[in-house]
Amino acid sequence: MSFFDVVFYLFATITVIASVGVVVARNPVHAALFLVLAFCSAAGIWMLLEAEFLAITLILVYVGAVMVLFLFVVMMLDINLVQLREGFWRWFPFGALIAGLMVFEMIWVLGSRQTADVSKAVAHAADYSNTKELGRLIYTHYVYPFEIAAVILLVAMVAAIALTMRRRKGVKSQNVADQVKVKKADRLRIVKMKSEPKGSEN
Amino acid sequence: MMEWLQPIQNLLGPAWLPIWTAVKIMLIVGPLMGGVAYLTLAERKVIGWMQVRIGPNRVGYFGLLQPLADGLKLFMKEIIIPSGSNKLLFVFAPVITLMTALAAWAVVPFNAELVLSNANAGLLYILAMTSVGVYGVIIAGWASNSKYAFLGCLRSAAQIVSYEIAMGFALVTVLMAAQSLNLGDIVKGQHGNYGMLNWYIIPLFPMFIVYLISGVAETNRAPFDVAEGESEIVAGFHVEYSGMAFALFFLGEYANMILIGFLTSIMFLGGWLSPVPFLPDSIVWLFAKVAFVLFLFLWFRATFPRYRYDQLMRLGWKVFIPVSLIWVVVVGAWMQTSYWLW
Repeated sequence: MSFFDVVFYLFATITVIASVGVVVARNPVHAALFLVLAFCSAAGIWMLLEAEFLAITLILVYVGAVMVLFLFVVMMLDINLVQLREGFWRWFPFGALIAGLMVFEMIWVLGSRQTADVSKAVAHAADYSNTKELGRLIYTHYVYPFEIAAVILLVAMVAAIALTMRRRKGVKSQNVADQVKVKKADRLRIVKMKSEPKGSEN
Repeated sequence: MMEWLQPIQNLLGPAWLPIWTAVKIMLIVGPLMGGVAYLTLAERKVIGWMQVRIGPNRVGYFGLLQPLADGLKLFMKEIIIPSGSNKLLFVFAPVITLMTALAAWAVVPFNAELVLSNANAGLLYILAMTSVGVYGVIIAGWASNSKYAFLGCLRSAAQIVSYEIAMGFALVTVLMAAQSLNLGDIVKGQHGNYGMLNWYIIPLFPMFIVYLISGVAETNRAPFDVAEGESEIVAGFHVEYSGMAFALFFLGEYANMILIGFLTSIMFLGGWLSPVPFLPDSIVWLFAKVAFVLFLFLWFRATFPRYRYDQLMRLGWKVFIPVSLIWVVVVGAWMQTSYWLW
């Protein structure tokens, strides 16, 4: 077994254990952290395949941004475990069916003869830049799918914001532009008055 | 240049590479930790002088042994693990903070040859590592089982995620200008006949400002230190930490500051390149630039009052992100014209 294999099996084992952890962890925060671990080790496997751009982007986007917001939400939720577990057995057959289907599909795809040859990383020279190659493809050959995907994401984002935005009345929010525009004369009134003789105040 | 190491290499055989890499890692981490220790002293001295105080001057000559005394004190203190906390994660959080702060150093070049890993996607790697650093804060805040720590961690997470976007776009302009993700190549792209006029700070000046301020926000330094705003939430996410566990957060924060200093110098200030054409390029320039950026960090802390949280978010989302988006387009268009001289 070469060093490459050792590293692969190490990452693969961690990924599988972490993924099981996501499902079985009782605490939702622990489950989210297990998912982070699974992402990190999956990125390691991609790195082994010399897909450094994808590996680093997986860490950057999923671990660094998506899961942070996920954790953020999960931590603030008041989750009732008993309520969550209700109906587990009722939905179990359905879940098991989907899981079985996915396992079958993966065996079908990965085990077939056509895909057996491409599962090995293509060797490249040391100065080969995966990132540059990917960028070139995305912005030339796949520019329309790429742009369409970007617009769909944008629409989803705008829709999510529009759905959750409430215009409540009586909110005391500050208008920064008005604050900056304020002049001395708007706030301050200088009153000239004569000094009063001593003893006149009561 | 390493001929004298040849006999040792022959002696060790296949074990040479891991051992030599470990030695190189030690050569980076050792001085870095020393730098962190003396940055704390420099911070106290500089802020002291700015506030017309003397600063630490009791331990050693000019207070030079103060960091050692502080370290010893923290080392001797008991680590208290709060009851009801999540013990494993509580201990793990400072480790994550320091680990990510150190891991990013793997791709930082010190001069044209001196770099641990000359990775092609170095810039992406740095972005990824600094973005993982937020987990230390989040896990610390959650595992402490304390409302102040939790509020601090929520503030910090939102802040770091927000400023990361502007920071990422600032780096996008740099990699557009350099046409490379390799930090060494980015510095080489700033090489030219006109010294500091060739640096990317000239065409990318707005991005330099955005990156520097986002860097201050990313490292949770004043005036963006709402994560540990003492006057509002005691000390934020690390309020429950003591002794060495607390010290690890401190080390991570200062190592990140030095990292931001190095990255700013490498990407906008020409790295190890000399500012004037008649002086040779040297690693000394890099250290001088880093020292200048770190001085800015200390200067900010001594000068500005803490941002209010909504102002901080407004600055990140409504000022920095639009400015950096526009500048990406401007740089892209500019590079297509003949007026692009870099």
